[in-house]
Amino acid sequence: MKRASTRPAQGYNFAYLDEQTKRIIRRTLLKALSIPGHQVPFGGREMPLAYGWGTGGIQVTASIIGPEDTLKVIDQGADDTTNAVSIRRFFEIVTGVATTERAEEANIIQTRHRIPETPLQEGQIIVYQVPQPEPLRKIEPRETETRKMHSYAEYGAMQVALYEDIARFGYIAKTYDYPTLVNARHLMSPSPIPKFDNPKMESSPAIQLFGAGREKRIYAVPPYTSVRSLDFDDHPFEVQKWEQCCALCGSTTSYLDEVITDDNGGHMFVCSDTDFCNTRQREQAQAGEADDSAPPTALAATEIPS
Amino acid sequence: MAYVAVKGGEQAIINSHRLIAETRRGNRAVPELDIDQISEQFGLAVDRVMTEGSIYDRELAALALKQAQGDSVEAIFLLRAFRTTLPRIAISRPIDTGTMAVRRRISATFKDIPGGQVLGPTYDYTHRLLDFSLAEKSDPDFVAPVAEEPLDDNAPGVIEMLGGEGLIEQETRSREDTAAFDLTRSPMRLPAGRDQRLQNLARGDEGFLLGIAYSTIRGYGATHPFVGELRLGEVSVTIVPEDLGFAIEIGEITVTECQMINQFRGTTEAGPKFTRGYGLTFGHCERKALAMALVDRAMRARELGEDVRYVAQDDEFVLSHSDSVEATGMVTHYKLPHYVDFHAEVQLVRRLRAAYEAACSRAAAE
Repeated sequence: MKRASTRPAQGYNFAYLDEQTKRIIRRTLLKALSIPGHQVPFGGREMPLAYGWGTGGIQVTASIIGPEDTLKVIDQGADDTTNAVSIRRFFEIVTGVATTERAEEANIIQTRHRIPETPLQEGQIIVYQVPQPEPLRKIEPRETETRKMHSYAEYGAMQVALYEDIARFGYIAKTYDYPTLVNARHLMSPSPIPKFDNPKMESSPAIQLFGAGREKRIYAVPPYTSVRSLDFDDHPFEVQKWEQCCALCGSTTSYLDEVITDDNGGHMFVCSDTDFCNTRQREQAQAGEADDSAPPTALAATEIPS
Repeated sequence: MAYVAVKGGEQAIINSHRLIAETRRGNRAVPELDIDQISEQFGLAVDRVMTEGSIYDRELAALALKQAQGDSVEAIFLLRAFRTTLPRIAISRPIDTGTMAVRRRISATFKDIPGGQVLGPTYDYTHRLLDFSLAEKSDPDFVAPVAEEPLDDNAPGVIEMLGGEGLIEQETRSREDTAAFDLTRSPMRLPAGRDQRLQNLARGDEGFLLGIAYSTIRGYGATHPFVGELRLGEVSVTIVPEDLGFAIEIGEITVTECQMINQFRGTTEAGPKFTRGYGLTFGHCERKALAMALVDRAMRARELGEDVRYVAQDDEFVLSHSDSVEATGMVTHYKLPHYVDFHAEVQLVRRLRAAYEAACSRAAAE
């Protein structure tokens, strides 16, 4: 865990947004939690970060964060990707809160494209950055139409889209941003996480909040709520599997990123969740010291310079 | 080559900020620009940034342009991100452009107008020939002659003159009892009212609106526009403080206003008449004001009972895509890492290709 070295930025309110705006967003969050999966419009503010780069997630985090909180920010599962570093620095500057890379130490986790491998706990809040909150947008570009489809729970078009995949390929060829039905009522985009992560949303003990800045929508899944990935009785929902294990920590249960290692097509697979991978490597190293017969770990992960 | 994690660290970001600062400054042998120079000599760039950045502040807009190396869209973004932190002290009363201190005022619909046509400062009739004398370090005395008499400061709108005959629709009066829609405080609501549409267009990207406006006159829209009046000048801004109860003047702003006249065949309820499109910008932004007025009129199709057939008439399409800050963010966010979803797709394409190759070899065997 790291205490921010700088004091909160001069001339700006704690967590950037003014208190009035935070109150509006918190009220929206309460409404969103009361109607799981329903997209609630909110007066999204213009942020000093570009739309599509996490403005919705930042506004949600800014509205709920307090001086005693510990924040973790990840992008693609990693704490050291540029945008995660940039957003973490933003909150260090405007709030001065403690930050961490350990999923279990954080009570607020802001994420883009992944859910940590470490299971979330009660009392934790995960904030998803969402580019397009409308799961039906690719089927129906008009907001006026999709709003009606949600009102009538008219989700046949999505089932047909999935069925078309089965008719064509024999399986559902949707790999990320895989549609879910929340609390058996609202069709919801899980944000562009790989479908590998969808099962982690089901009955999660954590509060799940979703912010879409450009589209000015907030939605939420309260703890222990059903989040079912759409499927068919004869084509049940499936997640990605790999033949390989992580080249660094040997995990066979985590989501793997493919990394190109040379210019001859050489590649290897490593955990996308850096905290999970580093923790496993540390544990293996400790176990290795205790027992010299254990094989050495492949390579140490690159640490970010501090 | 050994495996190196290709992930940007904190240090890389800090170094990148230093590098862009150095690049912005350019050759140190050349004197640094100051804010006044930008404000005075790049006035039209400042006007665009103020208009689309939604703050009337020349100094801030000039600073934003300096910080953005002259990139107007980046400068507009900087100004918007600053604006969002400002408290809202009061809401002004609608400005009255009829009492404008006019510097430029033209009508394309009447040869002569009360108060006269005033050409004012414009590039319209300059020949677009590069003036090489400007490249030299001389400071010639550019002083324009002053008219003997000042202009009448009460110049009513030209198109009001058509009102008497019922030839043109009446201007919509602002309703004092209802607050105008504010996109910076509330999410877009569809179908959008005209207040919301006009605010969106005023903040919208000039290039986008210019293209959409152009499409309406090239067959993708049924407009037959005439510039009823285009005027540039200064108007005063007034507010009514709650504890005072009467209006006080808080300042003066420069605006460009365009009243566009459009033909309308009429419906069974309303007879044939001219209709209006309206454009308004901070500072001097004529191209933007004209484009805005055309697109405003095109988006009134539904309200006027016309068929909605073209993109310019489709408010949901235009309003959702006009904002440069929104568009830039969403388009450029593809620069962000997408390894997770990309590799999910790689896996899928591998699976599809395996099936395809198996099918090909089966076909070859048969």
